[in-house]
Amino acid sequence: MMTLLILAVIVLGILAVTRLSRVYELTSALRGKREEDITERDSRMNARLMWAFPFAYFAFFLWLTVAYADQMLPVSASEHGVWLDDLLNFNWAILIVAFFVTNVLLFYFAGKYYYRKDRRAYFYPHNSKWELGWTIVPAIVMIGIIIYGLSVWNRITSVPLAGTPQVELYAQQFNWTARYPGKDGKLGATDFRLISGTNALGVVTPNSIKTRLAELEEIVVVEKKKLETEGGFLPPSKLTALEDHIKHVERMRGRIVNLRTLMDQDIAARGAESPYNHGSDDIVIKEFHLPVRENVDLVIRSQDVIHSVFLPHLRAQMNAVPGMATRIHMKPTITTDSMRTITANPVFDYILMCNKICGASHYNMQMPLTVEPDGAYKVWLSQQKGFETAEIPAAEVVPATDTAAVISNTTANIPAVTNEPKKN
Amino acid sequence: MLSYWFFFVSSVLMIASLFVEGGPASGGWTIYPPLSALPQAMPGSGTGMTLWLLSMAVFVASALLGGLNYIVTVLNLRTLGMKMTRLPLSVWALFVTAVLGVLSFPVLLSAALLLLMDRLVGTSFYLSEIHIGGEALDNMGGSPILFQHLFWFLGHPEVYIVLLPALGITSEVIATNARKPIFGYRAMIGSILAIGFLSFIVWGHHMFITGMNPFLGSVFVFTTLLIAIPSAVKVFNYITTLWRGNLVLSPAMLFSIGLVATFIAGGLTGIILADSALDIPVHDTYFVVAHFHIVMGMSAIFGMFAGIYHWFPRMYGRMMNTKLGYAHFWITFICAFGVFFPMHYIGLAGAPRRYYSYSEFPMFQGVVDLNILITLFAIVGGLAQIIFTYNFFHSIWRGQKAVQNPWRSNTLEWTAPLKHMHGNWPGAIPVVHRWPYDYSKPGMPEDFVPQNVPLAEGEEEEHG
Repeated sequence: MMTLLILAVIVLGILAVTRLSRVYELTSALRGKREEDITERDSRMNARLMWAFPFAYFAFFLWLTVAYADQMLPVSASEHGVWLDDLLNFNWAILIVAFFVTNVLLFYFAGKYYYRKDRRAYFYPHNSKWELGWTIVPAIVMIGIIIYGLSVWNRITSVPLAGTPQVELYAQQFNWTARYPGKDGKLGATDFRLISGTNALGVVTPNSIKTRLAELEEIVVVEKKKLETEGGFLPPSKLTALEDHIKHVERMRGRIVNLRTLMDQDIAARGAESPYNHGSDDIVIKEFHLPVRENVDLVIRSQDVIHSVFLPHLRAQMNAVPGMATRIHMKPTITTDSMRTITANPVFDYILMCNKICGASHYNMQMPLTVEPDGAYKVWLSQQKGFETAEIPAAEVVPATDTAAVISNTTANIPAVTNEPKKN
Repeated sequence: MLSYWFFFVSSVLMIASLFVEGGPASGGWTIYPPLSALPQAMPGSGTGMTLWLLSMAVFVASALLGGLNYIVTVLNLRTLGMKMTRLPLSVWALFVTAVLGVLSFPVLLSAALLLLMDRLVGTSFYLSEIHIGGEALDNMGGSPILFQHLFWFLGHPEVYIVLLPALGITSEVIATNARKPIFGYRAMIGSILAIGFLSFIVWGHHMFITGMNPFLGSVFVFTTLLIAIPSAVKVFNYITTLWRGNLVLSPAMLFSIGLVATFIAGGLTGIILADSALDIPVHDTYFVVAHFHIVMGMSAIFGMFAGIYHWFPRMYGRMMNTKLGYAHFWITFICAFGVFFPMHYIGLAGAPRRYYSYSEFPMFQGVVDLNILITLFAIVGGLAQIIFTYNFFHSIWRGQKAVQNPWRSNTLEWTAPLKHMHGNWPGAIPVVHRWPYDYSKPGMPEDFVPQNVPLAEGEEEEHG
């Protein structure tokens, strides 16, 4: 019904325009008026509108600024956010002056000098002094903006102080996971090949490798059996897919065996310092808490496509890129509770949202952030379980003959098959 | 010709992509991998994406051939007396645009080809350490950031490929209708060249928060903010051209003045976005959407409308209806600001772009009514384009017959016969004796002197 009404309005509108313009054409033909003759009257009418427009324009600007002031982001909840807000205000001061000056000149001249038959334009092709002026003045202003902007940028992106605690934010379609270091205060190593139902982030520990190898072994056994029993009945494309998948899983197994060799060497060389020994007490959790007034070094990773960590209240943003870890370090300064008071909103929560289009549910990939006093934060953290709760016995040493199963990382680019039932 | 047919094929491929399984490419126009590389990442990364990439590859070929054509024509086929310093600014703008296209499009072609290979033959240019759809992929060692570098190496010059022709058209239309030479002709050429050059060394400002080295970010801040200088020169030169002119406020002239207004509004917010530190809180929010739609979308479209109203008599030998042109301009102009100006505020409230719904976020409830306002302006503004469409097609067949030089303009195209013919002029092509902006020159009987009129006795040539 609504669509029909809209269509009717459009059709009637077109009819009205055609009729009106026809009447106009007939009358102007009678009066002998031609389209290219822009009369003084026409010019004057448009000139008046040129004068009226900036009033409406500036009024709209002021109304938006005033009426929506309380809808803008509240005061920055991080230390660097305050620097950013100051820098933004500095830039606005300059830009708004430039905005008013140039618009006033533009619309004033456009309205004042409209065409009159008895006037002649002032032939004034150039003036080097003026042109030099409006090259140099913007240049000087830009130098100021660049210097101030880059000084803030350099402070924000400086290397974090040694010993700044790390927290990992891990993105995947379409949710976030956080990882906190356990008692050792260090995040363990990860590898995407270890990701499974029981190890969402692919944390590498002797035990997780063992578990994953067993899982993959089982997949291979099941699929090989399927190949034997059903292989003859499958259409060729399905058959190839199944065979490819078995090869793929075997390749993955080989690479994980490689990884295990590396891990064993590293643990032998570095002992407790090895990142492979830090993972088992890591806390992997779908909650995001940070202590107030403490520096934190966020390590950001992605499982599948590019996502982006966007924390508008903390003025922080960084992409999550598969294949690399990106970082933000910052210091939250206002607890969630205090912000509830500031915003007079008892249910206020800091929000972490995804800000790089990542697929169908991108619009709802969010996680609340709780900023709390250090004491409360430590209590919360101590209540969480480690990634592997039980004590893990030392890794079983793999016999050297197993290297036969190792396949080089650099060969084989056969795409993974995904139309098979998922094991995780 | 080849350029035209390549464009045709490319368009057919692009339209075909709308009708394949999974739908057209839907990862945004920047098609960042891995989202665009992996069909399992979303339905829009299937056949539609492959067709999109093929279409782009063919389009690049078309753009290259067309661009070379423009460059060679401007450099080698100018008529006698048409020195580079006597070229109309519209031709200068088209020339620099063609150069930008020829230098930057091949990089997009390589980006698209590498992405096609990642999709179709299992390479890993942009893919590494990915676990998706319950499987770890084999791809190792690639970088999604590489695609962004290649993409934006085209992507930023592309902005000026869209914008420069509009600025060139505006220069021409403003000078003609102000009955006054464009102020600072040589400075205008210089700023077109400066913008063209700088556009090649600023692409990283799209990538401040991708994890790119912060020092590299600083370099891009510097080069990007330099563009403000030639842009400011252009704005002040336009304004000074209006000063003490005798402004014939035709629809083309109104759209040109509108372009200067949008160029100011969008250019200023560009200064915020170019500052890497300030980009952190507003990157990928509605603030960016507001900025580039005003500075690149509206400015380019206003320039295009100005060009259509101005050169319509040349294209079809008839005039467009002026009154409808006025209605079209004022409704479009007001609605355009009504649509894009409030978006700055939505962005500053923290609302990300490319969300199809904000209902999951209580914090954006307060700006919902701004979205409603935007929608209303968008509907009215969209309906106003019916006026233009009607005016355009009606005038092609029924418009008032045009005279030889309706806007009393100086440039050569107005000396060609109204009837279209091969070579444009019967017999010899005109010889040029002066620059194109001798409007209201003191001592001349008329307020315009076409370029093919020889200097009068004792008259001095103006160089701008």
